[in-house]
Amino acid sequence: MASLKIKAIALSLVLLSTLLGIWEVLNQPPPASEALTEYEMMMGGADQESRVPPPSKVLVHAWNELSNPFYDAGPNDKGIGIQLAYSLYRVLTGYFAAALIAIPLGFVTGMSPLMFKALNPYIQILRPISPLAWMPLALFIIKDSEQSAIFVIFICSIWPMLINTAFGVANVRSDWIRVAQTHELGAIRTAFTVILPAASPTILTGMRISIGIAWLVIVAAEMLVGGTGIGYYVWNEWNNLDLNSVIFSILMIGLVGMLLDMALAMVSNLVTYQE
Amino acid sequence: MSKGFVSVEQLSKHYPDAKQKSDLVVFDNVNFYIKKNEFVCIIGHSGCGKSTILNALAGLEQPSGGVIIMDEQEVSGPSLDRGIVFQNYSLLPWLSALQNVNFGVRARWPDWDKQKIEQHSLNYLEMVGLSSSVHRKPSQLSGGMRQRVSIARAFATRPKLLLLDEPFGALDALTRGNIQDELIKIWTESQQTVFMITHDVDEAILLSDRVLLMSNGPHAHIAESVKINLSRPRSRGEVIEDPAYYKIRNYLVNFLVSRSNERKIKDAADASHPIEIDPVALASDEQLATPNQPVLVTVNQ
Ligand SMILES: Nc1ncnc2c1ncn2[C@@H]1O[C@H](COP(=O)(O)OP(=O)(O)OP(=O)(O)O)[C@@H](O)[C@H]1O
Ligand SMILES: [Mg+2]
Repeated sequence: MASLKIKAIALSLVLLSTLLGIWEVLNQPPPASEALTEYEMMMGGADQESRVPPPSKVLVHAWNELSNPFYDAGPNDKGIGIQLAYSLYRVLTGYFAAALIAIPLGFVTGMSPLMFKALNPYIQILRPISPLAWMPLALFIIKDSEQSAIFVIFICSIWPMLINTAFGVANVRSDWIRVAQTHELGAIRTAFTVILPAASPTILTGMRISIGIAWLVIVAAEMLVGGTGIGYYVWNEWNNLDLNSVIFSILMIGLVGMLLDMALAMVSNLVTYQE
Repeated sequence: MSKGFVSVEQLSKHYPDAKQKSDLVVFDNVNFYIKKNEFVCIIGHSGCGKSTILNALAGLEQPSGGVIIMDEQEVSGPSLDRGIVFQNYSLLPWLSALQNVNFGVRARWPDWDKQKIEQHSLNYLEMVGLSSSVHRKPSQLSGGMRQRVSIARAFATRPKLLLLDEPFGALDALTRGNIQDELIKIWTESQQTVFMITHDVDEAILLSDRVLLMSNGPHAHIAESVKINLSRPRSRGEVIEDPAYYKIRNYLVNFLVSRSNERKIKDAADASHPIEIDPVALASDEQLATPNQPVLVTVNQ
């Protein structure tokens, strides 16, 4: 077991250094001694700028950014920490609002075949809609870009949680329900002491899928509405042709997404049971 | 009219059959009684409807016809007065052994405080010999240990009637024997009324006061009620040395092997009630095997 782990780490490091090495070598600026072509002279040497920066430069840039993540120098120049905090705030607000509605609604839907049949057509139609398609309508009705972004997060996180909760609740083993019945538990006691713990792992899976989707969507939403947030930051740095920052923020998006997923995986481990 | 603590009258169960016009009748005209503090086993071939009868007694399943009366009240739904041990244990996997028993005790006595509940549960877990693993989850227990937790949970709520659906069906012979001893011990201490399904003739003889023999379905019914006339307390070692044991055993096996298919005798006025039989009192019969050559038959599936 341990040796497998060590081998996996070694292999990962080999892959990483190979990739970074290729990336570094392919993206060296042309040697200065070479005469510039006519075209390059016309472009004022801009070609050098348009190359993808090598990893060494990205790392230096990352170090600079991360050593002062929370500076605020006006609307177009904020630290990466501030931008990520804006995005996280929107994601978590929309996500928890969705959980607050999706989990109780999913619970009722899972327990009542009538509710399930009645709600199912709406869920089936609404679920496949790209969350960004709601953006114009949200902007028109809410008239606030910040809250529209939160609404879009709300809409995209609600479906996996709703469907998983309903599914988990509807599929609680009938043996356990019978245990509740033979102990004369009322509906509420049964819901909280038997159905909820039994369905928790499935509900948590839904919550984990939702947070992943929400983090995917927030980047796109912020590119649309602008102002603040990591999505806006990526787009803004692209407009500035600062590819160092673009690559750096892409990596940060991945890192934060991974941390969000790990947090939910930990909660999920707490409620998982072995049959 | 009712002869016992529990009395089952004219019980029947049909299922609508899609292909045929008439319903599929699993059993009909099932009549029997259970006296207070009596241990009654029911034996019959697979699919004749034993579990259905037990679930109807529990109030978990609605029979198609007939009534069940317990303690002068009609059974109309599940109740804490009837504890059940299911074949697959049905422990809640996210709770430890102790918490599973607590679950039942808390439901039974909602106004007890935490400490009292826990003490009560621990007593019962000790009774089934599980004191050392009360904090383990069901997944960390062996099959036999899980079944003992399940038995502790059922006994701890002190139900008036205990229903056991093939509680030892999934256990190996050795574990099964140990838990049977455990069950005899607890039953002797608590003097509970027990109704149990089993496939195992020896188990039925060891444990019960009376064995109900069920004929094969469809249209199954309870054909005979066989008295187990062996002195108590019984132990697995001693009981097999009693010549009466073989008389009873052969009688039961004989029924299952060759007579369970017989159609009901329609002429007698009271044919719907099981015939009461005491094999020990019967004159020795040429169709019964001699004690030295026990018939080896397992009645399973
Ligand atoms: N939903 C159903 N529809 C039709 N028939 C059913 C249904 N449920 C059960 N049965 C029939 O009822 C009969 C009795 O079932 P039951 O589970 O009570 O048998 P059993 O005597 O407990 O058998 P075993 O010893 O195998 O546990 C079976 O023959 C089964 O086919
Ligand atoms: Mg059965």
